[in-house]
Amino acid sequence: MPKPVTVTTPSDREIEVSRVFDAPAALVWDCHTKPELVRRWMLGPPGWSMPVCEIDLRVGGAYRHRWRNDADGTEFGETGVHREIVPFKKLVASGQMEGFGGEAVNTMTFVEADGRTTVTVNMLFPTKEIRDGALQSGMSDGMAMGYDRLDEILAEQKVG
Amino acid sequence: MSSERLDATFMALADPTRRAILARLADGEASVNELVQPFAMSQPAISKHLKVLERAGLISRGRDAQRRPCRIEAAALAEANRWIERYRALWEGNYARLDALLDELNPQKKD
Repeated sequence: MPKPVTVTTPSDREIEVSRVFDAPAALVWDCHTKPELVRRWMLGPPGWSMPVCEIDLRVGGAYRHRWRNDADGTEFGETGVHREIVPFKKLVASGQMEGFGGEAVNTMTFVEADGRTTVTVNMLFPTKEIRDGALQSGMSDGMAMGYDRLDEILAEQKVG
Repeated sequence: MSSERLDATFMALADPTRRAILARLADGEASVNELVQPFAMSQPAISKHLKVLERAGLISRGRDAQRRPCRIEAAALAEANRWIERYRALWEGNYARLDALLDELNPQKKD
């Protein structure tokens, strides 16, 4: 049984996602900060790949994520700069999603207890409208992308 | 649902106590007094949460002046849930892959 993912909206500019992982914080941290590991899971909906994942893990260092829908070539990206790094505990970075205005602040915390790690991702958007857009389109923190497009493809396949 | 109403709905759902109250009301209507006990909170505190939920359209209150039973408003909840669920599904897919990766990297883990 997969563990539940909690999604809440602590204020009208925020989205917060939380999940427990059955692994120590250091390992969960690596999976969020080493490109060769990130690329193996942060893929979004089925059919998407992550051709670009660059992470310069230093305060002031940039990251660049790019996803691609392998069926139709649609791409989506997110870039940002690391603002605070507390190894195995906390990672704060700015985030700019392609096609969205303004800059979000993404705060990720890792809390280990009894060999398990709770990851909480808090996304603070510049405005309520951008927050709503991120929530509606299922796009945020680079979690990408065209659910509507996916719905279309699924609908087509059902008809055909 | 208007965007203002949806904001009020998300605001209401952001609080863990209010989500727990909704979960309780999903089992059937209850008066304020019936909600005070399981939540170990004062009646004014519960009433305040109920007002937020009512304003968001997530619950309605009965006319019975004595009890004013609270009941869940399924349609408003479903509308808010549609957004949240779709969003959650995206993360669930990613995190299921992360679970598999963590298992692979952490072989000494005992199940």
